[in-house]
Parts: sequence; C-alpha cells; structure tokens
Amino acid sequence: MKQKMTVAEKREARWAYLFVFPTMLGLIVLNFYPFFNTIYQSFCKTGDFGKGNKLVGLLNYKMVLTRAETWQSLWNTVKYAIIEVPFGIVIALLLAVLLNKKIAGRSIYRTIFFLPMVCAPAAVAMVWKWLYNTQFGLLNNVFHTRIEWISNPKIAWISIGIIGVWSIIGYNMVLFIGGLQEIPGDYYEAASIDGATGVRAFFNITLPLLSPTTFFIVQTRIIGALTIFDLMFMVMDKTNVALPKVQSIVYLFYQYAFTNGDKGYGATLVMVLVAFIMIITFILQKAEKHIVYHN
Amino acid sequence: MEGYAAKQRRTTILIHVILIVMSFIMIVPFAWMILTALKTNQEAISVSPFYILPHNGWHWENFGTVWKSYNFLILYKNTLLMIFWRVVCAVLTATMAGYAFGRLKFPGKNFLFSLVLVQMMIPAQIFIIPQYLMVSKMGMLNTQFGLVFPGLVTAFGTYLLKTGFEGLPKDLEEAAMIDGCNIGQRFLMIMMPLTKSSMVSLGIFTAVFAFKDLMWPMIVCTNASTTTLSAGLAKMQGQYGSDYPAMMAAATLAVLPMIVIYVIFQKQFVEGIATSGGKL
Repeated sequence: MKQKMTVAEKREARWAYLFVFPTMLGLIVLNFYPFFNTIYQSFCKTGDFGKGNKLVGLLNYKMVLTRAETWQSLWNTVKYAIIEVPFGIVIALLLAVLLNKKIAGRSIYRTIFFLPMVCAPAAVAMVWKWLYNTQFGLLNNVFHTRIEWISNPKIAWISIGIIGVWSIIGYNMVLFIGGLQEIPGDYYEAASIDGATGVRAFFNITLPLLSPTTFFIVQTRIIGALTIFDLMFMVMDKTNVALPKVQSIVYLFYQYAFTNGDKGYGATLVMVLVAFIMIITFILQKAEKHIVYHN
Repeated sequence: MEGYAAKQRRTTILIHVILIVMSFIMIVPFAWMILTALKTNQEAISVSPFYILPHNGWHWENFGTVWKSYNFLILYKNTLLMIFWRVVCAVLTATMAGYAFGRLKFPGKNFLFSLVLVQMMIPAQIFIIPQYLMVSKMGMLNTQFGLVFPGLVTAFGTYLLKTGFEGLPKDLEEAAMIDGCNIGQRFLMIMMPLTKSSMVSLGIFTAVFAFKDLMWPMIVCTNASTTTLSAGLAKMQGQYGSDYPAMMAAATLAVLPMIVIYVIFQKQFVEGIATSGGKL
C-alpha cells in the first residue's frame, strides 16, 4: 500500500517536475521520437522529394547488406579506428607520464598538445590535405618523396588515421593526466624501497592503477572513431580514386541520406552502424572485468 | 660510477627532447597554414626552389581578400550566435533538471533519469534524419533556430550537473529551508551558485563541440549566408580548392578566434573539457 504524500512532498514533486520538464520534453522530441522514426524509416522507401514514404519491409536492409560498398566502408571505419585508437592512446599516455613530472615548461607543452582539440576539424583537415599534396605539399618537398598520401588507395587510410591521431592525443593526454594525479604517491615510495623505479614502477604500479582511466578512454575513442566523418569528408575529393577505400560508414550515410536524398537507405545504414557499435560496446563491457584492475 | 645527479640530468634532457619533438609535430601544420596564407598562389605551388618562408614579401592582404570574398563577418556572426544559444539552452535546462535529479524527491525520478542515461548511450547519428525532417517541416532550414535545434537540451549535461549537485553538502539546503525559502529560491540563491564550476565546464564543452560540428550545419544551412565557419570552409574548399593561400587564410581565420580564447582561458578550457569528457 502506497503512503499518501504529505503537502511538503507534493510541493517538492511539483517543483521537480517543473525543473525536469524542459529537458524531458526536449529528449522526447529531439531524441526518442527520432530514434523510433529512424527505425521506422529504415523499412521505408523514400518517395520523390522526400515525400510519400512507402513501407517496403526489409528491402533497404537487403540492399545495404548485400552491397560490397557497405562492408568496405565498415572495414574502412574499423581500419581508421585501428590507427587512431591505439596510437592516439599510447602516445598520449607517454606524454601524460612525462608531463606528470615536475619539469620546466610543462604548462606550455600541455597548451601545445591540446591545441587541435579547440580547432574545427574542417580546418584541420584542409591544412593536412595541403601538407599531403603530392606535388606542392610540405611533406613530399621536405623529404624529397613523391608519395600520393591521399590518392593512393593503399596508403590513404593511413594518412587519414595520422590526422586523427594528431588531433586526439592532446585530449587523451589530459584525461590520462587526470587519472595519474589520482594515484597516491606512497605507492611509488613503497615500490622504490623494493627497488622498483622508472620503467618497472610504470608497469607494476602506474599501468594497473590507471586501467580504469585507460579503459574509459579506449571505450569512448572506439565509439568516436567508428563515427568518424569530418576528416574523410574534408580531405577526400569526390573524384579521388582512393575514396572507396577510405570513406567511413557515416560518410556513406551522409552521401545517401543528404546528398542523394534517400532517407530510407540512409536510415538503414545508421541502423547497421548502431548495431555494430552495440556489439562492440557489449564486448567491451564483458572484457572490462579482465582488463581493469580493481583493488 | 656515474652520480645520481648526472643520471637525473640525462633523464630530464631526454624528456625535453621527446616533448620538443612532439611539440614540433603539433605546431608544424599550424605554421605551414599561416606561412602558406602569406604567400602568393604562384609561390605556394613552386617546388623548385621550394620555399618554406614567403620570399616575395608577406602578403597579409590575403586575409583581407578572403575575409571579404567569403563574407567571414556573417560566418563569424552565425557561429557566435549558434554557440551562444546552444550554451544558454544547454546550461539552463541541464542545471534545472540536474538539480531536480540530484536533490529533489519525486515519483518517477528513477525512470526519467534512466531515459537520460539511455540517450547518452545511443550514437547521435540515429537522430539526424528525423531532426532534419522536423526542421524542414517547420520551414526553419537556413535559420539560426535550425542550427541550435538539436542542442536545445542535453542528456549528458543533465547527468554532469546532477553529479555536481549531488556533491554538495546537505545542511546548506536545510538551513535555507528553515529560513523559509521555497524550492525555487533555494535553487536560485543557494544551490545554483555553488555548481558554477560544473556549469562553466558544460558551457565550454558545449561551445567547443558546437564550434567543431560540421555535418549538422551542412545539412540544415546550405546557404553561404546562413551557415557556420566549419560548413563555410567545406563550401569554400569545394569551390576554390586550388587557391591554396586563400584556403589557408580561410582556415586560419576559422580557427584563430577559438585558439585565442583557449590560450587566454586555458585552465578553464582544459578542465572544462576534461572533466566533462571524463564523465561522458
């Protein structure tokens, strides 16, 4: 039997509903309705001019899942993540450990490494595209090479990955520094009595105690990398022969849904992406127990 | 045998070497962007001899030309207004909801908060098509409202502020209650000022990510006169991609304001983005 609410409790609840109302209404209109609407649209064929959706059942899914292009772009996205996530994390961890010591100029270093984080990826991508230019670019002219950084299908995905790593290390580094500062200093003192300093202390103390932070960064970066769009969009021209080997799944979604105006097909591509991310998240959650060290 | 101090010194030098090399790698793209922006196009595409620095004078006027021909004033205005409204809406709604979830008791609280958490777990791409269709149906394409629309509320911000409010001591509020303040007054006069740091974090986080967003402004604001800096750059590159000094001048103009603000308020920036990002 539920207790009746007192006057004061009722008053409190009224205030609370008033306070959560804008957010809840917004979430329903902007997120929950769109969530179900996208699912619905993935079963529809978009009519001309985006009007007159017709239910077509699994037709979009059949097309999306049988086209080589879908699987290729999913693979491209995974390849991008394979570069960005590990390199972005290992370099950031190294920098964080170095900057966690009392050394001269550490705030200047931190400012520099974090700089790409406040820059629009559109601008960053334009600059790198220019650096990568085969004929006139800085890289080829300084190293006296003729590498087709972004138009050779075999290496273009690496070049894009490098931009991703360059853009993200400062952010990962700051998160790592936050994690490092939570490790109590006496762990290191105790270890140094046992003769564990430097590299050994890093592997025996820092890495295990930092593992919750590391796991968190790995998880958010994997999801971030799997939804990459800006770099591919800005660096790869539509006429670039390497585009099919670089375009990400979100890039493909943008092309179908907004350049070609086929919302139904675009919605289906999103569903594939979401399913893929769900699977990865599930695996990560299962793996957490084995990877993260709990004292 | 080598002394401890000497060994220590060697380590310090090694650390600085690594950090300087990394700093160099981080700076080079920015330096090349500015150096190219100051050249003539002919100079920019000359390879033998290959010049690092502009050698026919520094063409500062490139910035003025780009500013005028691509109407940067409008792009700045659009971007600034979008950031302003997104920050105001996000901080306002999230602080209110965060207070209710963090401090008040009401039936259905757990259910409603679980909706907030569920939203945070769903990749945002799934919302885009219907959001676009809604803006389009309202006749709001190419408007400021269209740019702000998906950022009117924030699940993540609500979560962030809820954590902020939960961390505050209980007795403060009880003292105010005895003084006869109602909940609205308690929120405005006592609790909200105490979560200022969470609000600032959310504000900076919202501003930076609104500034960086490319896909949404490209979708809803296709006119050069209504769009943001990011989407404006994409348009320029599509049209004038081979005028390299102009492109680099445009890129410089697009990133410079945020960099200046960042360098001035870097402590708040790094903390804001890291504490928010750390809780995502």
